[in-house]
Amino acid sequence: MKPTNTTNPEYFHKVVDCQYACPAHTPVPAYIRAIAQERYSDAYMINWESNVFPGVLGRTCDRPCEPACRRGRVEEEPVAICRLKRVAADHKDDIRDRLPKAGAANGKKIALIGGGPASLTVARDLAPLGYELHLYDAQPRGGGFMRSEIPSFRLPEEVLEEEVGYVLDMGIHTHFNTYIDSMADMLTKGYDAIFVGCGAPRGRDLPNVPGREEGAENIHVGLDWLANVAFKHTAKIGKRVIVLGGGNTAMDCCRTSRRLGGEDVKVIVRSPFEDMKASPWEKEDAIHEGIPIIDNHVPLEFVVKDGKLVGMKFDKVEAKYDAEGRRSLISTGEDPVFVECDDVLIAIGQENAFPWIEKETGIRFTSWGTPIINDDETFQSTRKNVFFGGDAAFGPSNIITAGAHGHKAAVSIDLYCNGQDLEEDRPPPNVTLISQKMGIHEWSYDSIPVDDKRVAVPLVALEKALGDRDLEVELGFDPETAFVQAERCLNCDAQTVFTAPSCIECDACADICPTSCINFVENGTEDDLRPRLMVPAENAEQDLYVSDALATGKVLVKDEDVCLHCGLCAERCPTAAWDMQLFTYNTAKAAPNLVPGLEGL
Amino acid sequence: MSYVKPKFRHPNLPTNRRGYTVADYDGAISTLCAGCGHDSISAAIRNACFKSAIEPHRIAKVSGIGCSSKMPTYFLGKSHGFNSVHGRMPSVATGASLANRDLTYIGVSGDGDTASIGMGQFVHLVRRNLNMTYIVANNGCYGLTKGQDSATADIGSIAKGGAVNPFEGIDLASLALLQGASFVARSFSGDKGQLEPLIRAAMAHKGFAFIDVVSPCVTFNNHAGSTKSYAETREHLAPMPVDFVPMRDEITTTYDPGTTQAVTLHDGSVIHLQKAANGVKTDDRTAALLRMQEARDEGNILTGLMFLDPNQADLNQVLNLATTPLNKLGKDELCPGSKVLKSINEGLR
Repeated sequence: MKPTNTTNPEYFHKVVDCQYACPAHTPVPAYIRAIAQERYSDAYMINWESNVFPGVLGRTCDRPCEPACRRGRVEEEPVAICRLKRVAADHKDDIRDRLPKAGAANGKKIALIGGGPASLTVARDLAPLGYELHLYDAQPRGGGFMRSEIPSFRLPEEVLEEEVGYVLDMGIHTHFNTYIDSMADMLTKGYDAIFVGCGAPRGRDLPNVPGREEGAENIHVGLDWLANVAFKHTAKIGKRVIVLGGGNTAMDCCRTSRRLGGEDVKVIVRSPFEDMKASPWEKEDAIHEGIPIIDNHVPLEFVVKDGKLVGMKFDKVEAKYDAEGRRSLISTGEDPVFVECDDVLIAIGQENAFPWIEKETGIRFTSWGTPIINDDETFQSTRKNVFFGGDAAFGPSNIITAGAHGHKAAVSIDLYCNGQDLEEDRPPPNVTLISQKMGIHEWSYDSIPVDDKRVAVPLVALEKALGDRDLEVELGFDPETAFVQAERCLNCDAQTVFTAPSCIECDACADICPTSCINFVENGTEDDLRPRLMVPAENAEQDLYVSDALATGKVLVKDEDVCLHCGLCAERCPTAAWDMQLFTYNTAKAAPNLVPGLEGL
Repeated sequence: MSYVKPKFRHPNLPTNRRGYTVADYDGAISTLCAGCGHDSISAAIRNACFKSAIEPHRIAKVSGIGCSSKMPTYFLGKSHGFNSVHGRMPSVATGASLANRDLTYIGVSGDGDTASIGMGQFVHLVRRNLNMTYIVANNGCYGLTKGQDSATADIGSIAKGGAVNPFEGIDLASLALLQGASFVARSFSGDKGQLEPLIRAAMAHKGFAFIDVVSPCVTFNNHAGSTKSYAETREHLAPMPVDFVPMRDEITTTYDPGTTQAVTLHDGSVIHLQKAANGVKTDDRTAALLRMQEARDEGNILTGLMFLDPNQADLNQVLNLATTPLNKLGKDELCPGSKVLKSINEGLR
């Protein structure tokens, strides 16, 4: 193999699994260290700079970081990254004086359509540069789906208010209760650029299932129903409720139903339990609240008697997978299953819908109904001054993805407004690599990992939780638990950096490495090297770090897979050929140094 | 400085025939200097015991005093051990071996512990052919007392302070050969590919197995002018690659005809010596002495298996000791009483 090019920041970026997996590339180990040091405000600001909504995300994030966490490959459970983020939000001081202010007016005007996380991120990134930002939303308050789709027992309103407020307080001109019904019209209003962050607002229905029309009074599209609950237009539901669907919206629907009078609430889903789209922890939370999840049942009919919905019929199916792993649901041939109910909530997915964007605007769409976008870096549509982001861009995803889109779109809008090229002139990520050596054998971080296991966040008593729709179910970690949970982080951003010319091949690093990552072997191709290592490197997703040829002609090969970043290789190295160096990686934002004083944390 | 090793190990760590992983052969974290050759020897012993699937509790480690003799703390944390008096490890090893001949004995010593204070005990141990593996971590200096020349320092080697060593160094491997050792090898701490199979062969050998390991002192003897630095050793190394195939394993490696020599040990395991085509014979004591002397004259360090006699009688056989070891004999056998004493005395009258 060729020597690893560590001057390309993407190499070490990939080693920090959590940060790499995060769509917004939030510097996870950095804020977790700050939490362990009780520097909650710093931890919060690191997050806020990167993802704008730490308090919201610390409760609701889809957490792609956690399945990626290296700790999960070393022992059973990953670090509780998401809930540690909430700790930072819960225990921070008043940070308002650390937030950036709107910059001096630069004479450019931007419209933001939709008041969700994508638009708010664009607003946050552009406001310090002096843009005049106009935010439009059909609802009376900002937040988008964060407000309308996430029930307040998971995300208290005041947390959302606070973080939406931090953005809107930067001098954003808000136009709430204003539904935009014509893009052509918007284009005549003199905006230098328009950002569309209106989400994927149409909940899928089951129009062709018999009885849908007759039972309409008690059949609701989950997305709309949740919004009605959030804005207090709906306060009750029948005693027996069927929720159709297996995603996170279905989980929010069933748990909300339990709090609005639903006593016998069931989730009924077409697919097998394991294939459901909902996050495992959201399924667990629903089951914990006494909600059975019945899988492998396909809706056949809404049964209506005397003009009133009385139940639903389902066909029992089995999942069969072909050679390529494609699934088909085959009927078992048994009699249809009848399930009684008073109300049905349909939560089977959502779609993009842009009935308000006219053809003559030059904005073109794919056959899936999503806009044709330049690429996932620029977010520019086929009309140069219109940009998309969040669910509106590629279809339904999650808050953290919307935020990541927002950052990139904001960079594009800023470049566009300054007449620069969106690709050529894009700023690179902000990267540093700094030695953490403090003494002969000492590092500036807690290098030896603790053995503690992950613990679950404590909950309020079930009865109490079900009695109050606004009572937050999770209590969050107390500072003592948070410290232990934070210490479980392996500090993967403390990189093992190897300098081949200094190595005397004494083997000390290979001998001490607790997880047998380090090898001194004859070079070969990657396919040849992987099985030849002390422990064969079977996880092909993880890179091999290969050095230049050493004096004996051998090379160093380090399998990054289960490296503990414990620093023992560097501690036992007599010539400092190994060094532990802190790698920081911050994605480019439109306004650099948004929060001063975070460098090197 | 970290004084504990993390508990986590690679989840796919392979297991040996007995079901142990190499981590089961780990000891405490080393307190020797970073980059010490001795740590590499510790790791080689650990790996050798793992690969040969010797159960950790069937091994006894014995040592004297010095950097080298601290080593047993840093490997085989679940084995028996005795850190004895300076240069007196051979006595302890002899006693232990007589009491329980079923264990695998690994003696670890240094150039000071063996070639100076322990020289008397060492030569007697060699001539008695005690069944053990005796490893000298040889760095040519007294690392524990700031790097003074030891008795194995080569003539002309320059100490860290600048003084040139005026005395001829003791060559322990040649000495062991002269005194009739049945297994003599030399290796280098930086060459685990050779050292591990040598240690495995030494443990399989029935009799006294001596391995002299050049082990650079990274703090006091790793500078320009030292003859036992990493760089200098590598430059003058004349290694003979060695493979060890235990009795139970199938021989899978193939060698070009005439390039290897195979030696079968008492337990049926086989040592393959590569590059042995140029007339090297491991069963010729005089030729081995000559080869080592010639290499030394040329300033080279010859490593590999120098001499092996798998059939030489060990101490138990020579002394015709009871077939049952001492620790298995009961009170009545060990102390047969006045009646037996009387009959012995009668026989002497």
